[in-house]
Amino acid sequence: MMNNDKLIIGGKEFNSRFILGSGKYSLELIKAAVENAGAEIITLALRRAVSGDVANILDYIPKGVTLLPNTSGARNADEAVRIARLAREAGCGDFIKIEVIKDSKYLLPDNYETIKATEILAKEGFVVMPYMYPDLNVARSLRDAGAASIMPLGAPIGSNKGMATQEFIQILIDEIDLPIIVDAGIGRPSQACLAMEMGAAAVMANTAIATAGDIPQMASAFKLAIESGRKAYLAGLGRVLEKGGSASSPLTGFLED
Amino acid sequence: MSERTNHMEYAEGMEQLDHTLMNEVISRMEAYDYNAFTSDDVKTALSHSTKSAEDFMALLSPAALEHLEEIAQAARLETKKHFGNSVNMFTPLYISNYCENYCIYCGFNCHNKIHRAKLNEEEIEREMQAIAKTGLQEVLILTGESRKMSDVEYIGNACKIARKYFKQVGLEIYPVNSDEYAYLHKCGADYITVFQETYNSDKYETLHLAGHKRVFPYRFNAQERALMGGMRGVGFASLLGLSDFRKDAFATGLHAYLIQRKYPHAEIAFSCPRLRPIINNDKINPKDVHEKQLLQVICAYRLFMPFASITISTRECQRFRDNVVDIAATKISAGVDVGIGGHGDGEKKGDEQFEISDGRNVKEVYDALVKNGLQPVMSEYIYV
Repeated sequence: MMNNDKLIIGGKEFNSRFILGSGKYSLELIKAAVENAGAEIITLALRRAVSGDVANILDYIPKGVTLLPNTSGARNADEAVRIARLAREAGCGDFIKIEVIKDSKYLLPDNYETIKATEILAKEGFVVMPYMYPDLNVARSLRDAGAASIMPLGAPIGSNKGMATQEFIQILIDEIDLPIIVDAGIGRPSQACLAMEMGAAAVMANTAIATAGDIPQMASAFKLAIESGRKAYLAGLGRVLEKGGSASSPLTGFLED
Repeated sequence: MSERTNHMEYAEGMEQLDHTLMNEVISRMEAYDYNAFTSDDVKTALSHSTKSAEDFMALLSPAALEHLEEIAQAARLETKKHFGNSVNMFTPLYISNYCENYCIYCGFNCHNKIHRAKLNEEEIEREMQAIAKTGLQEVLILTGESRKMSDVEYIGNACKIARKYFKQVGLEIYPVNSDEYAYLHKCGADYITVFQETYNSDKYETLHLAGHKRVFPYRFNAQERALMGGMRGVGFASLLGLSDFRKDAFATGLHAYLIQRKYPHAEIAFSCPRLRPIINNDKINPKDVHEKQLLQVICAYRLFMPFASITISTRECQRFRDNVVDIAATKISAGVDVGIGGHGDGEKKGDEQFEISDGRNVKEVYDALVKNGLQPVMSEYIYV
């Protein structure tokens, strides 16, 4: 069952459901994410990747890994569109993760500008993966604008607070027929596992691994957690009782009297 | 000195902004009684996941010093959460040391007899080429504060040249009006740093005896004017040791905090300079701001505003800098020359602003970061 379980985005198939964010990159992190976590998609902040860099991140991303350039640094749709075009010109391919942030404190995405950028870039043939605050109406608009997946945040970037928006992400998973990829806030493997159990298509993490005591071990732990959560989702979670047992004399028993 | 002008009064041509924010910073700073904070207040502050201004006061208090290790641990955790192990590298480029201000602690002050110089465009380009060769992609352009000798157009031209060699261009120049910031932004600069030096306006008056810098509120509102002009990021600092450093650090943090609330997109940066000896006055020193207190201030900034960039200056020694980038600072300069024309092959033309304590070149700082398990980042900026 698992062998045929592919993540498909923009017509491209992936075996791994772990996406590495590289905002807080270290070269060790990228190596570990590919070797120990089997990452096949790595995000790339275009603002950090330019030729001539002393340690250009591009040089450390193995062939076969799909680059997901992001528009970090953009404060509105217009800037996001320009960065996306620059990424394409720089040879980063057609995938683009839209990040429009005009809040320097919490780095929360601006959903309105994100929809506008998605619409423009999807029309230009990009595979658009928008980072967003989980709101059902916005997710629908993004879908209608041509998004290839939806990337709601679990919690503020770097907060390691896990699935703070769990209920709302569940609504997106239930209602939107696009891969829902949980982005930001995932601080530990158990949280990644939870997202996958809920039916998320993939999980993106960065800080959690970047700041771990042992980066390769943590990368490997994430891989196992994501696979485990996915397996549980596919297997269908059994009934979980909220509290205690069921009443011994059924409430509807009187109907039989 | 009987002719000293009223330092709270604007000079002709200075754009005036509303003083609400400034008045709030000053009044809360004046009310800050750091001796009232106890060890328990510090522990309470540390236990809060988001630090309030009250917590920030506790973290800056003398009572917090005995908790410095815990504070540093907490600061490190926040730094890692927000920046991972990345540390940005840059170098300052002084293009002119002419100055019309009389700031008694500064080597560039107009009464200090030093070699004055200004680079022409060709020389700026040569200096920048030499800097770019080291691998750096971010440059901070500095001038002494003389509109006459280095006008906005001259600085704008330097920004245009810088854009050819660098991805990121910052400015540390005399404060200007918002339309001038807009012009400089158009020329390629996106970050502005203005040191308030001290937020105690009475003390400020006694230290800045002449020149446009004497006008306290115009300087205070520089960051806001820069943001109105479209600048992306603004830097704040007090020159620690000039006045009561705890109050100054509190005011600096609160100033930045209130600006970010008003302009949520503003990228906030802190510098943490301490007084240094200057040419013709080697007695200048940071008084009661020892390394321990400096670390306390830096960590308090980090905990109060976890997302802010914090720069560690070559005013500090190698040991301190290499350690503090693993705790709370996220930006470090390298290959620094604070004189005029020291980067290229040509001769130095003008004297230094202050004495530096860490003269390592770019490669040496880069290697030290890597050895420390940190990731040097040359730029994380895209000009759009």
